[in-house]
Amino acid sequence: MKTNKTSRAAQAFEKSLAARPTGRYVLRLFVAGATARSRQAVLRVRQLCEAELKDNCTLEVIDIYQQPNLARDNQIVATPTLIKEFPRPVRRFIGNLANITGLFVELDLGAKGKIAV
Amino acid sequence: MKNNRPKSTSPVVHLPKCPTGIQGLDEITGGGLPRGRPTLVCGGAGCGKTLLAVEFLVRGAVQFGEPGVFMAFEETEAELKANVASLGFDLAGLVQRKKIVIDYVHIERSEVQESGEYDLEGLFVRLNHAIDSTGAKRVVLDTLEALFASLPNEAILRAELRRLFRWLKDKGVTAVITAERGRDQLTRHGLEEYVSDCVILLEHRVYDQIATRNLRVVKYRGALHGTNEFPFLIGDEGISVLPITSLGLNHKISSERIATGIPRLDAMLGGRGFFRGSSILLTGTPGTGKTIVAANFAQAACRRGERTLFFSFEESPNQIIRNMHSIGLRLEPLVKRGLLRFHAARPSLYGLEMHLATMFKEIVTFQPDVVVMDPITSLMDAGTASECRAMVTRLVDYLKAGQVTSLFTSLTQGGHALQQSEASMSSLMDAWLLLQDYEGNGERNRVLYVLKARGMAHSNQIREFLISDHGIDVVDAYIGASGVLTGSARAAQAALEKAAVLASQQEAAQLKREVERKRAALERQISGLRSDYETEAMELRRIAEQVGTRTFVLGTERAASGILRQADAKVAVGTRGKPGHGRRN
Repeated sequence: MKTNKTSRAAQAFEKSLAARPTGRYVLRLFVAGATARSRQAVLRVRQLCEAELKDNCTLEVIDIYQQPNLARDNQIVATPTLIKEFPRPVRRFIGNLANITGLFVELDLGAKGKIAV
Repeated sequence: MKNNRPKSTSPVVHLPKCPTGIQGLDEITGGGLPRGRPTLVCGGAGCGKTLLAVEFLVRGAVQFGEPGVFMAFEETEAELKANVASLGFDLAGLVQRKKIVIDYVHIERSEVQESGEYDLEGLFVRLNHAIDSTGAKRVVLDTLEALFASLPNEAILRAELRRLFRWLKDKGVTAVITAERGRDQLTRHGLEEYVSDCVILLEHRVYDQIATRNLRVVKYRGALHGTNEFPFLIGDEGISVLPITSLGLNHKISSERIATGIPRLDAMLGGRGFFRGSSILLTGTPGTGKTIVAANFAQAACRRGERTLFFSFEESPNQIIRNMHSIGLRLEPLVKRGLLRFHAARPSLYGLEMHLATMFKEIVTFQPDVVVMDPITSLMDAGTASECRAMVTRLVDYLKAGQVTSLFTSLTQGGHALQQSEASMSSLMDAWLLLQDYEGNGERNRVLYVLKARGMAHSNQIREFLISDHGIDVVDAYIGASGVLTGSARAAQAALEKAAVLASQQEAAQLKREVERKRAALERQISGLRSDYETEAMELRRIAEQVGTRTFVLGTERAASGILRQADAKVAVGTRGKPGHGRRN
């Protein structure tokens, strides 16, 4: 009985691993003013959302100059910072997103992405 | 901040300073940290960096009306509040009243991935927001190293931190940045010390199992500062740095004299005892009665109605009270009346500085007229000899400034070294009594000298020092042809002298009797002779009488025979009388 149960659980686990995460992607991008670096980051993340995540994505861009409280609440130190709130786990990508291989892996898009890495 | 000197010809612009309010630190730095500039506080783990930073902020907010921002990289807001609450800092209250903002910066390394170029604008924005929201004048960053651990690119970090220091200066806030001490340099990344205008190094050193905290101002751009290492301690009221140089030699001097409680000792000191407010050193080998003399001194002070504080580093108060009771010193009524107070602590309990601080605190709260420290040498265990000397210097200065008479006992190990080892300390003292064991005849006896007593005539002689049921008695030691004699030898010598006196007395009596006898004999002789003479004189008288009688009788007979012969008496009496008288006879 017990072995049956565990094997069933293991099967379910493997099935869930194989499947793509479901639900909307929630991304938040924190930038500091309209610098070149900020623009690059915004551009990259918008591109990513449109090309890879289609409409299954919520993107919020926050300028911490205008909302400094949010910088504190979200523990922003470096800018730009992209926070992947969902799917879990939470990940932070700091920088202008010139290199998004890591982001691809985290978003579980693999190397099949359409945009240049 | 003392730049209001009357100088009109060459206006010297002093660097504006920001007082920390930390006891002693402002004296060393000549008024505080450089205002509007960053100061680095570095040191190893547990040496009090965060505390110094917090105290800087709290005192700024409370005493100087300058709000502050605390940017914490290591402790959360709740932890920080709890940690400093034990030191009496109401950080939570200050945060609530918006005098201080605490911003806890936390980066989870595992969550972070680098994906291109970045800067630390987020940090700047947060800091800026916190400063502007409270109008902060003081900022603490504790500690920036955490950033190096959580962000991968050191090159960017270095550049950004440099920018941060510059930004802080432009912002005009006085900043304290803490940093862990590196191996060969002041900080681990060798960055902060170069961009800071002032560097304070804290150290926690363990020497002979005793830890002492030290503070040193390594660098202070544009101002003079004390360069020495100063011990500091963390007490109930935060940090206090104890600079020796803060006390000058200009205390008031009293010429009042106070008795020691041992009349003969007073007599040795010009008859009136020690000066009030002087420092007295009492050295002696083990068991010479230092504590007893000290207790006597304390008791005498209490009897005059003076408050006495007794620091004991070897015995518990109750033990001292019991032991003194055995020689007739009753201390417990004095303790009950609040005149005498004991403070007992093991020397190894904490470092010298802590001892000094607790002593200061006791002195300030009790306000004594007399302080006894028994024995000061125990404190040597709590630090090195030079530290101990520095501490005693500070203590003596402090007590003298308050006109408090102080008595320090000092334990010496026998031999000649005793005077050497004490030499360094004795120069601080105004009077020095030496208690010694005098060994001889299979016994040890206590003797006492006055080695030095500044400003008074004092006896140069050795005195024997007796401890009995009724306290201390100082007696003259026997000094004679055979040297100094004490104890039973002195008693024996006294007995010997007594016997000699007795013998000579007896001899005189003997002589007197002899003379008497001779006189009696003479008298007897005289009376014998006299009686002989008298006998002879009597004989002579008798004979004379006999002769007289015979002559008379003869005359009568002749007259009778003349009558009988009918002779011409008138003729015959002269010529014929004699043969006839001769014949008849």
